[in-house]
Amino acid sequence: MRLLKTGRWITILGLALLAGVYVRALAFTPVERLQGAAQKIFYLHVPAAVWTETGMVLVGLASVFYLFLKDPRLDRFAAASAEVGLIFGTIVLTTGPIWGKPIWGTWWTWDARLTLTLLLFLMYVGYLLLRGAVTDPGLRARYSAVLGISGMCLVPFVHLSVYMFRTLHPQPIILKPSAPSLPAEMLITFLLSFVVFTVLYVGFVTQRYALSLLREQAEPYA
Amino acid sequence: MADVWRHAWLLARKDLLVEFRSRTAILSAVVFTILVLLVFNFGRDPTAVAAVDLAPSILWVTFTFAAMLALNRAFQLELENQALDGLLLAPVSRSSIYLGKLVANLVFVAVVEGVGLPLFALFFNVPVVPVLGPLLVVIALATIGFVAVGTLFSAMTGRTRFAELLLPVLLLPFMLPPLIWAVLATAALLAGRPLSESAGWLRLLAAFDIVFVTLAFFLFPATVNE
Repeated sequence: MRLLKTGRWITILGLALLAGVYVRALAFTPVERLQGAAQKIFYLHVPAAVWTETGMVLVGLASVFYLFLKDPRLDRFAAASAEVGLIFGTIVLTTGPIWGKPIWGTWWTWDARLTLTLLLFLMYVGYLLLRGAVTDPGLRARYSAVLGISGMCLVPFVHLSVYMFRTLHPQPIILKPSAPSLPAEMLITFLLSFVVFTVLYVGFVTQRYALSLLREQAEPYA
Repeated sequence: MADVWRHAWLLARKDLLVEFRSRTAILSAVVFTILVLLVFNFGRDPTAVAAVDLAPSILWVTFTFAAMLALNRAFQLELENQALDGLLLAPVSRSSIYLGKLVANLVFVAVVEGVGLPLFALFFNVPVVPVLGPLLVVIALATIGFVAVGTLFSAMTGRTRFAELLLPVLLLPFMLPPLIWAVLATAALLAGRPLSESAGWLRLLAAFDIVFVTLAFFLFPATVNE
């Protein structure tokens, strides 16, 4: 099947580029003065975090359009985006503690941002569990659309309350009102890494989308 | 719109009538609340942690569990003898079914909380009377928020496998933000701080209520339409 192959090639391209980004990050990007080598995880952690949150918003948007248009493609996309979002969430929740242990001295703290990510992760898990618990495809699509839209609406609330707590987590250094406060080499490495994660997201989603299409063709009434 | 409210009220009245005639669910929920409070009493070391420090968490964990029980029941009631189909065939709008269920659930949870709050004050020796008014505002705002989401979700999970397990898994991530705000506001109140200090949390709670009641009102038809 062509779509599956396309997805596979995009993913391979993304993984190769990711290796390239890390060569650049480790060898050609300056070492941060205070954090040392631990800071290198930033190029993995932040793009994954951005796509975890964006993934949920895309699930929600696809769900809104699904309820109006009843197009099964939108439902398939929402399911694929949720699965990939869950993987990216896992990356964020794994790389975070690895960085936190040497820098903060603890693997986990109940910081607002950490809690937000954990909540997002659990919302993805719930979404996929609900999809697994409903067998009728039409019902499953509508139920998961309702849950996806609710999830999308919850994200701004959690995001808002992040700013009301005092936090241990580093403040935004790239997306903020003033200019990004990091050296140009680091910024370029970060932006490259962000592009690579976008490629990976597209690749993974295309593959999952193609797989659910194949599954539907294999068992049309399941 | 007047019709929507009238129908919603009729549905809520029907649910509550069924409930208060049998009284099984409400009694179980009340006894459950008492038991959770008891468990909390033995789950802490009274010499190490003062009751008032733990009080907000005790109160809200108890209410969370009690609400979960109530919400699981709401649509289970309609599954017997395919009562839901009858409800859907009736000439009432889908959204008024949601509002009716929401009102019935709110009354149910409010009764449980009404029993739970005095017992909580009694068991843990927490001075709730001086802050009763503001505390009730916090409880009402948080309860409306998570019962609104919970009513929507229970309409979906009720018809899946593992309904009793799936509802908490889906609902708890949505309950956590209002729960965090409510716990913070309750802690400030019990520590004798003025209500104005928690105004930010109350505003968030109110915004959460408005957004999710509206959202559920419009999304509910998608969960029952065939």
